[in-house]
Amino acid sequence: MAGILAELLPEQTLQIVYLIAGILFIQGLRDMTHPRTATRGNLISSGGMFLAVVVTVLWFEILSPVILAAGLLVGGAIGGYLAITVETTEMPQLVGLFNGFGGGASAVVAGAELIDVFSASGSLSLELTTSAAVAGIIGSVTFSGSFVAAGKLHGLVGDSPVSPNVGHVIKAVFLAISLLAGLYLVAQPGLFGESLQTDWIPVYWLLVGAALLLGVALVLPIGGADMPVVIALLNSYSGLAAATTGFVLDNTVLIIAGTLVGASGMILTVIMTESMNRSLANVFFGGLGTGGGGESDEEMDAIYEGNISETSAEEVVMLLETANRVVIVPGYGMAVAQAQHAVAELVELLDENDVDVEFGIHPVAGRMPGHMNALLAEADVPYEKMRELEEVNPTFSQTDLVIVSGANDVVNPRANEDDSSPIAGMPILNVTEARHVVVNKRSLSPGFSGIANPLFARDNTSMLFGDAKESMQELVNEYKEATS
Amino acid sequence: MTFVENLTLFVLSAFVGYEIITKIPTNLHTPLMSGANAISGITLLGSVVVAGSGSTSLATALGFVAVVMATINVIGGYLVSHFMLSQFSQRGR
Repeated sequence: MAGILAELLPEQTLQIVYLIAGILFIQGLRDMTHPRTATRGNLISSGGMFLAVVVTVLWFEILSPVILAAGLLVGGAIGGYLAITVETTEMPQLVGLFNGFGGGASAVVAGAELIDVFSASGSLSLELTTSAAVAGIIGSVTFSGSFVAAGKLHGLVGDSPVSPNVGHVIKAVFLAISLLAGLYLVAQPGLFGESLQTDWIPVYWLLVGAALLLGVALVLPIGGADMPVVIALLNSYSGLAAATTGFVLDNTVLIIAGTLVGASGMILTVIMTESMNRSLANVFFGGLGTGGGGESDEEMDAIYEGNISETSAEEVVMLLETANRVVIVPGYGMAVAQAQHAVAELVELLDENDVDVEFGIHPVAGRMPGHMNALLAEADVPYEKMRELEEVNPTFSQTDLVIVSGANDVVNPRANEDDSSPIAGMPILNVTEARHVVVNKRSLSPGFSGIANPLFARDNTSMLFGDAKESMQELVNEYKEATS
Repeated sequence: MTFVENLTLFVLSAFVGYEIITKIPTNLHTPLMSGANAISGITLLGSVVVAGSGSTSLATALGFVAVVMATINVIGGYLVSHFMLSQFSQRGR
């Protein structure tokens, strides 16, 4: 099993290289803490990966360099093509897909290692079967779950065809099958007497099959608004799958890197669920995203009736001209309408006219953590102008004008005022504290929560009805005229 | 390496990860996710070992599939992250 390097260098060299790769991953992530160093961090991290892969290839005698090179080429071409052609609005589903491939690789590697070790030594250690079972389940759930999540984000996969209760039963059945298969693999009981030695192989694939179906059953019922949580959690799983593969193969760098990713995904998951005021269990086992808790048209009319004031681009520009401080609250609707470039242009114009202008970005404004920030960055908005919820909330009382574009639930004051509403307690942007609020929306239709938004009926709120892109472009044109 | 040694590494890495990742600003969470994704493609190492050393043709075939999947994850993740980050740093005014 020894390759060129292994014959020349002492045994510990490989471990030292893995340590260096681990350090590069950690340093790469540390550089991610600031936008100025983040690009370098990404390069350092990829350098660590390159080092680890190259040395591993040279260290172990690779019996089939052709197969290996072919695999690397095919995978690299597909990954590169997808990364180059992706639109930023489609980023969440692409990250989801990549995630799925990572998880799938873990599950397949664990299976292949079981076959390999067994055919070489004729027996399997307890550590190996345990880690393989864990890697198989997590990896497979990540694989199928990520594909379903990506499909849902891309609009290819619809809602669950079965009722939530039936869904829970299905999940429980698949979970039970994969756990039992895992236990069987670990215990290796001699159910079939002497024939024991071969019957674990189908059991591993049974485990993988059940876990794949479990992943589908878990993600299928989850609504589009909850996808940021799902994507972040699957990210965490793919890391944990890599770490357990490290346990299977006794590979230190796999454990370090996998755990870092697992921690990253888990932290992002917690941030997302807290921003939506939901528990993880609530996201996965029904609740808001699957309907229910919505209000009828009559209830909404009672709030809106006679209290809605409509405005026009000219009037908004008049407000803009006298404003000293403007905050823009973008929502996913803005990105769907591709209005971010017009919004960015408006911000640039305001900036040139010495208006203090910033974006107030809710953590769940996009479809994955930080998605709105990435969309705005693509439209050339400087990152200093993007403010988080905690930063921007205290400034609303000194803000003359807030423009809400394509956002709804994240500015709904009922989160603070109405304990019985489905969004009670959710952290929101307190835009009502500003002097004027202009909400750009197509209609008064509710957001994902399905409830009315009393913000629209406030005295200091006016509605700018229309498509986000057209409305924002109109604002830009009017403002240019007024200030030139 | 024993199971306990691996476990030690796992727990310590989790703490390091927690400390660093909580310091990363929201702005960079999307590139962080795709970058972290690429790192999780480290299973490529496992795939390489299995694909290369496969003593049965089934293990080799599985190893090949794993290499393809893991490479998509690694190359795609780093590239996506890189493109996004260059958009952030272009406008550092």
